[in-house]
Amino acid sequence: MLPEWLLPALVITALGLFAIGALRRILLWRAGRPEPVSLIAGLMAMPRRYLVDLHHVVARDKVMSNTHVATAGGFVLSMLLIIPVHVFGLDSRWLTIPLLAATVIMFTGAVFVYRRRRNPPARLSKGPWMRLPKSLLTFSVSFFLLTLLASDLLPENFGHWVLTGVLLIGVTLGLAELLFGMGWGGPMKHAFAGALHLAFHRRPERFGGGRSTGLKPVDLDGMLGVAKPSDFKWNQLLGFDACVQCGRCEAVCPAFAAGQPLNPKKLIQDMVVGLAGGSDAHYAGSPYPGRDVGQAQGNPHQPIVDGLVSAETLWSCTTCRACVEECPMMIEHVDAIVDMRRHLTLERGETPNKGAEVLDNLIATDNPGGYEPNSRMNWAADLALPLMADKQEAEVLFWVSDGCFDMRSQRILRAFVKILKAANVDFAVLGNEECDSGDVARRLGDDATFQTLARHNIATLSKYRFTRIVTTDPHAFHVLKNEYGDFGGHYDVMHHSTFINELVEQGRINLDRFKGGTVTYHDPCYLGRYNGEYESPRALLAALGIQVSEMERSGYRSRCCGGGGGAPITDIPGEHRIADMRVDDARKVEAETIAVACQQCTAMLEGVVEPRPEIRDLAELVADGLVVDATPASTATAGPSLAEEVH
Amino acid sequence: MWPDSDLKVASLVSNGQHPKSGRSRRASQDARAVELALKMTGRAARVIHVGTGHRDSGLGQYLGMGLPEITLLNADENADAVPVLVDHLKGTDLDIVLTGIHAEQGEASGMVPYLLAEHLGWPLVSHIADIQKVEGGKAEVLQALPRGQRRLLRVPLPFIATVDNAAAEARQYAFGAARRGKLVDEVIDAPVDQARLEWESHPAKPRPKRLHVAKAKSAADRFKAATAKPQGQGGSVLRDGTDLEKATAIMDLLISEGVVR
Ligand code: SF4
Ligand code: SF4
Repeated sequence: MLPEWLLPALVITALGLFAIGALRRILLWRAGRPEPVSLIAGLMAMPRRYLVDLHHVVARDKVMSNTHVATAGGFVLSMLLIIPVHVFGLDSRWLTIPLLAATVIMFTGAVFVYRRRRNPPARLSKGPWMRLPKSLLTFSVSFFLLTLLASDLLPENFGHWVLTGVLLIGVTLGLAELLFGMGWGGPMKHAFAGALHLAFHRRPERFGGGRSTGLKPVDLDGMLGVAKPSDFKWNQLLGFDACVQCGRCEAVCPAFAAGQPLNPKKLIQDMVVGLAGGSDAHYAGSPYPGRDVGQAQGNPHQPIVDGLVSAETLWSCTTCRACVEECPMMIEHVDAIVDMRRHLTLERGETPNKGAEVLDNLIATDNPGGYEPNSRMNWAADLALPLMADKQEAEVLFWVSDGCFDMRSQRILRAFVKILKAANVDFAVLGNEECDSGDVARRLGDDATFQTLARHNIATLSKYRFTRIVTTDPHAFHVLKNEYGDFGGHYDVMHHSTFINELVEQGRINLDRFKGGTVTYHDPCYLGRYNGEYESPRALLAALGIQVSEMERSGYRSRCCGGGGGAPITDIPGEHRIADMRVDDARKVEAETIAVACQQCTAMLEGVVEPRPEIRDLAELVADGLVVDATPASTATAGPSLAEEVH
Repeated sequence: MWPDSDLKVASLVSNGQHPKSGRSRRASQDARAVELALKMTGRAARVIHVGTGHRDSGLGQYLGMGLPEITLLNADENADAVPVLVDHLKGTDLDIVLTGIHAEQGEASGMVPYLLAEHLGWPLVSHIADIQKVEGGKAEVLQALPRGQRRLLRVPLPFIATVDNAAAEARQYAFGAARRGKLVDEVIDAPVDQARLEWESHPAKPRPKRLHVAKAKSAADRFKAATAKPQGQGGSVLRDGTDLEKATAIMDLLISEGVVR
């Protein structure tokens, strides 16, 4: 037999090396800016976040989810038992039999990992990740046999020293990957960093079924955006390190699919290169479309743009959050991208293409098009809309948004007014007092202009009494609902799809059946993924007698129209246009009409060359289907004023 | 070439006004003058403002273009900017002074550069699009003419130039840079503009524009008619002859028009 001390020594060495590596890694994260977290509460919450929240995402791929449970669970259990059995030499069947079982579970999981790696999909990284299943198998088999040999479960002298020697090599290899590699940046790093990332996540509200999508407020007297990796908060750096390179983000990213130079997985990996220092030469996944791998270089204190990533990469993002939604490690790509954009805009003054002009217009005229601020009501010159300034009080404040300047969006607005009037809703608008919500400015990185606009709007809103704000623009909806709170504006905000659906449910409007052909529904990112509203639009379509033919990517997996995050303004060229790809999705289900719930989506999808399905906003579909006579005549004045309104 | 660290270039800037909202901003031509100065001398570009400016006005936007500082010659609203500037410029060793063609608010007569040139005895070049190089005490200046034409002039230093809309557009201003830039106050003696005190001002009434009906046969003619700047009638073009002859011709014209008596 081999010396008794060899195996314990190996395990202890591996554990020691892991500890040193882990400390080193922690120091790398600590180079980031401070952000308070609750240490104990976070660590206590971690197992639940892992078992429930993370697996909720992983479980979208059932096989992979079970594989991971078996492999990871088996490994953690084995490690916990290896220490008493092999380090302290406790020789009890109560320990060895569970240890044997744990290694068998891990082995089973590893077999599935191995099988997936034989023909890996393009989104998976290769390189060291190809080695991982073999390491997992080696670890589990070696420890199984070694435990068996060392135990009293077999007849005396069954083991041969040659066999033991071979197994020890296996153990060494397994320990090297699973413990040493975990601390020193190998593929297993994800387990260690991922666990801590879950504990100290920057948006803890996301766990337990919650939602947290608003950008974090920026102190305009402090640092403006992220220039170098060490400008990120420490727990953002930790988050980047948790990436398993599964490429789920890459698979859903519309910019990547359009051949624009963005790949969210590569972006996160480049951030890891930045925080650890070095180059991306070892990256073994898909590149940024059209860019070679191996050029990126950086360290925590070197500027990111034009070292690690190019500015075009950052400006390609539509902030659609598809990547965040899909990421099993709950990494926040959009936060990171907007942080870096903020530096480019506020410090360097380098917002590409129309960006500078749009921001300039917002500063000078409170709207992105640079239109006369006093012409906000021109679209409704014939509608006699009640103004908040006159009424002071209304049940519903109708937030018109900048759609008022665009002829196509005006049709949506007019349709919505028709519905409001048909349902006798007590509403009013702000008119010329309304300003842009600040959404675009903020996604373009200009938090200064965003805050000016937000503060102005909040001051205006505080003058009036209303129960809720309703808007047809999901971007304004999101900003009013989720981002004004940090500046003192707390409102009950509703998107028009939710509001109209409520009117239907309350019987305040009656609808005819829709007479067109096949209809599909496109979920706007800022309504769906940002605010979780998938149901009301569909209920509303059902109320019109429409059976929605769902596109392959719908609901939380909806593909962006390409219009978010200022992407049409910064306009980074790719091989395809995102809007074309989205209309192709609709063509695949043979839709004749694409129902949308956003003026920006309308503009993007209608920009696709004909022949293509018709693009109609929910408000337009409902307005067309209104049964006016059946309106309960609760107030006598409702009838005639309606008759005038029909355009 | 650029930036040339030996060159001393200053831009005079005024507070602009947005045509639609009336909000204070950097004036578009002055900002182009700053852009040109930044191109020529980098962060050594000097920028001067006469008035009661503060950083929330257009001045902040000039600073946001990356200027370390703006020299602020403190003068109240009734002051006459010309003597203030003349005093200040006399005490400097500038090579080139750039201005816009006229301000976006206030008097906006466009006279400041001319009056400065007269008092300082420097040549003035109007409507420039670019300064290409400075060599041996002379600058090669590209002057913008109607319909996209350009004329290359060689001008001895020091001189004043007004920057046309044909010059390179001003770069984006950045909030961070504006926050860092300084307004360096200089207390000066600012005489009151006596003449202006007596004036009354009213908001301008938009006057209806007379449409020019072009009788054109082809699309090309219509395009020409639509884009042409009105050209003076009569006159003559002197290409040959000595400088003296050309100057005499101009002087004769000025006398006959009653500009010079
Ligand atoms: S937010 Fe959308 S566009 Fe941006 S990286 Fe993620 S998936 Fe891609
Ligand atoms: S960022 Fe998330 S989704 Fe993307 S590769 Fe990494 S772990 Fe997977």
